[in-house]
Amino acid sequence: MTIKQLSVFLENKSGRLNEVLGILGQADIRIIAATVADTSEYGILRLITSDTAKAYEVLKANRVSAQQSDVVALTCNSTAAEFAEQMDYFTREGLSVEYMYCFSTGEKAFLILRTSDNAMVDAIARKYGLDIITEKELLSV
Amino acid sequence: MDNLYFQPEIETMERSSLETLQLKRLKESIGTALRSPFYSTRLGKLGITPDSIRTLGDLRRLPFTTKEDLRSNYPFGLVAVPADRVVRLHSSSGTTGNPTVICHSQHDLECWAGRVARCLYMVGLRNTDVFQNTSGYGMFTGGLGFQYGAELLGALTVPAAAGNTVRQIKFIRDFGTTAIHAIPSYAFRLYEVMREMGISPRTDTRLTTLVIGAEPHTEAQRRKIEEAFGVKAYNSFGMSEMSGPGVAFECPCQNGLHLWEDCYIMEIIDPETLEPLPDGEVGELVLTTLDREAMPLIRYRTRDLTRIIPGECPCGRTHRRIDRIKGRSDDMFIVKGVNIFPMQIEKILMQFRELGTNYLITVDTVNSNDEVMVEVELGDLFTDDYSQLQRLTRDITRQLKDEILVTPKVRLVDRGTLPQETGKAVRVKDLRKNK
Repeated sequence: MTIKQLSVFLENKSGRLNEVLGILGQADIRIIAATVADTSEYGILRLITSDTAKAYEVLKANRVSAQQSDVVALTCNSTAAEFAEQMDYFTREGLSVEYMYCFSTGEKAFLILRTSDNAMVDAIARKYGLDIITEKELLSV
Repeated sequence: MDNLYFQPEIETMERSSLETLQLKRLKESIGTALRSPFYSTRLGKLGITPDSIRTLGDLRRLPFTTKEDLRSNYPFGLVAVPADRVVRLHSSSGTTGNPTVICHSQHDLECWAGRVARCLYMVGLRNTDVFQNTSGYGMFTGGLGFQYGAELLGALTVPAAAGNTVRQIKFIRDFGTTAIHAIPSYAFRLYEVMREMGISPRTDTRLTTLVIGAEPHTEAQRRKIEEAFGVKAYNSFGMSEMSGPGVAFECPCQNGLHLWEDCYIMEIIDPETLEPLPDGEVGELVLTTLDREAMPLIRYRTRDLTRIIPGECPCGRTHRRIDRIKGRSDDMFIVKGVNIFPMQIEKILMQFRELGTNYLITVDTVNSNDEVMVEVELGDLFTDDYSQLQRLTRDITRQLKDEILVTPKVRLVDRGTLPQETGKAVRVKDLRKNK
């Protein structure tokens, strides 16, 4: 079970992030989760939004390089111990996590995971009883 | 039966006859030129008369004419006929200093139109075609030059002129336009707007032919245009100093542009040493007019870089071909002793599907070393994967190094941040103190 993520190319220069967020703001897009990773020259902004297809279209119309991809969202208790346990299942099954970001609401944490094999995430979740959530559930957090 | 050639006796003339014709016309041209204030001084001082020229090789003994000569003798210092014979003038934009002015007699205009008609006929246009010209009219030669040529051919010629893309598209549809002349960047623009309007050039128009020129472009760009419109796009070469369009043009083989050697003598020189280069080597194109009476030009340095393509063309025309223009000798820059032309870099960048069409080359001195930085915009395709982006940067760097022999620093940048691909965009910034 996957959810849609939006990735945006960001040149490393002052004000560029604001510009991109501004474009999304104009289109009434809500941001559920976001992360920016960077190198010295450019970064990639990754977003879970209220309407990924629409966000992608408005960015494209504004000539911003962007891409939609599938990621998996998990929920667990926001203790470090439980995070570690969740990650341990993936290690044990030999599935490497390319990147992960998360946010929490009190005791509850939400993990957004990108791996090379989303089907395998489902299998691991079934095997270990992990709590994968749907896009709809995530948007209503 | 439909003829392949507009003027078969000239287009397929034996080389030896063509050279005899060139020599005869060269002597006439020099005779005419000597009547202008500029050449009577410049050539007169050297004691040059038409009889000084016994072979075509003797042309090399004459001095070059440059754009600066045209500027400093602005506006009429090179006119070689009485004022009552001059019927039209065209002029360059003159953004720096005096513009260059070229004057024409009635005879000159007829020859010019004949050349353009010959070019259009060569790529298949006939008197039943509808030819829409998106060049600016007025002082710019691409407007009236194509207008008179296409009319001479007998085509219905639409002087749509530049701009107003939605109206251009309406004309294309309403008039059943079969051929368009446009600069390459405007051809892309036309296609973009058609797409936005939900019009397919393949199914919703009668287009069969595109003529593109006046702006250097790569083979890859041409193929992109052909793919977008679903028709053949032919490369056109001309310049206002040589009357305008119609100097050289591609034939259906699309492998080089036949330069009309009954009207011009071409030479390729090394822009640094000014020595002639053999066929096949890239250098600056130098042209001498052979049929112009109001304002003949002898050994005019065009600043355009190209090469003569050796060998015969399967189309049967005997006039030699030049390669597509590889840039301007003014745009050439030297890094670590290597001559680099922006078109070499553009050619490589265009091969990457991930990249857009805008780029900027910056040359600067970093720690007393000359460095080349190439910034290029990403295209629609974007990957969410760092290692892929890094691999892309590495691949671009390696291929550029193979082409220009200097390792550039490559930066991927946001779309829309570099100068747009319109008109004559600045592609090179040279920030070095000592060039």
